[in-house]
Amino acid sequence: MPSSGAARSSKASAPVFAALGDETRLQLVSRLCEEGPLSIAKLTAGFDVSRQAITKHLHVLADAGLVRGTRDGRENVWALEPRRLEAARRHLDLISTQWDEALGRLKSLVER
Amino acid sequence: MGTDSDRIEKKILLRAPLERVWRAVSDSQEFGSWFGVEFNGAFAPGIPMKGKIVPTKADPEIAKTQEAYAGAVFDITVDRIEPERLISFRWHPFAVDPSVDYSTEPTTLIVFELEKNANGTWLTITESGFDHIPLARRAKAFTMNEQGWTAQARLIEKYLAHAV
Repeated sequence: MPSSGAARSSKASAPVFAALGDETRLQLVSRLCEEGPLSIAKLTAGFDVSRQAITKHLHVLADAGLVRGTRDGRENVWALEPRRLEAARRHLDLISTQWDEALGRLKSLVER
Repeated sequence: MGTDSDRIEKKILLRAPLERVWRAVSDSQEFGSWFGVEFNGAFAPGIPMKGKIVPTKADPEIAKTQEAYAGAVFDITVDRIEPERLISFRWHPFAVDPSVDYSTEPTTLIVFELEKNANGTWLTITESGFDHIPLARRAKAFTMNEQGWTAQARLIEKYLAHAV
């Protein structure tokens, strides 16, 4: 059975997954994953969307604690918050719960 | 705890003879009946096959959570079979989006191990290889559609209720 600590982290992961439930935002996270911190200009360059739209998406990700924006001179630079992403990994706990349920069904089948 | 992100392990004592448990995990039809999937053939090592997700009939509540993915077809290959001792599979975890080709992505390895016991049979299940699955993929599978998300949320809710 999962521990309550693991349960808490699943709950905390929910906004993370909601924030990632958008193609553009997923791509932004993927790019920051692969390329490290990027300026807003560089981030916008890879997309077919306006800088304002990208900024909006970045703020949704920031609200979920996934990315962080800092000022470097005149530019905004965005980077991943790795600790928060680590929490998202915990959704393995959900797969684990699905195994528990499947095993419960196997148990009733073979013990019948 | 560092490697815990890569694997899930479950051990359960089943109060049934080893031969009975072996049939339930090695016969594709029996496997499908408790797992909630229809396979297009018998299990044989190295031969890729298809599984179609079908809601289990036994438990209406569980059936509801599976409904979101009902009909989704996934690829599965039996890795090894050692009669009455071990059967293992490879599949793509979270591969439930019909518009995505998962074939080039890494798989996880699922191993079922059986061990005779005075009171029945010990079954150990290990699913490993999650560390190689891109995080973005995991998140995407998770939030793919409203319905799927609702089902998952219900699962979390239940999960939290148990954990407190």
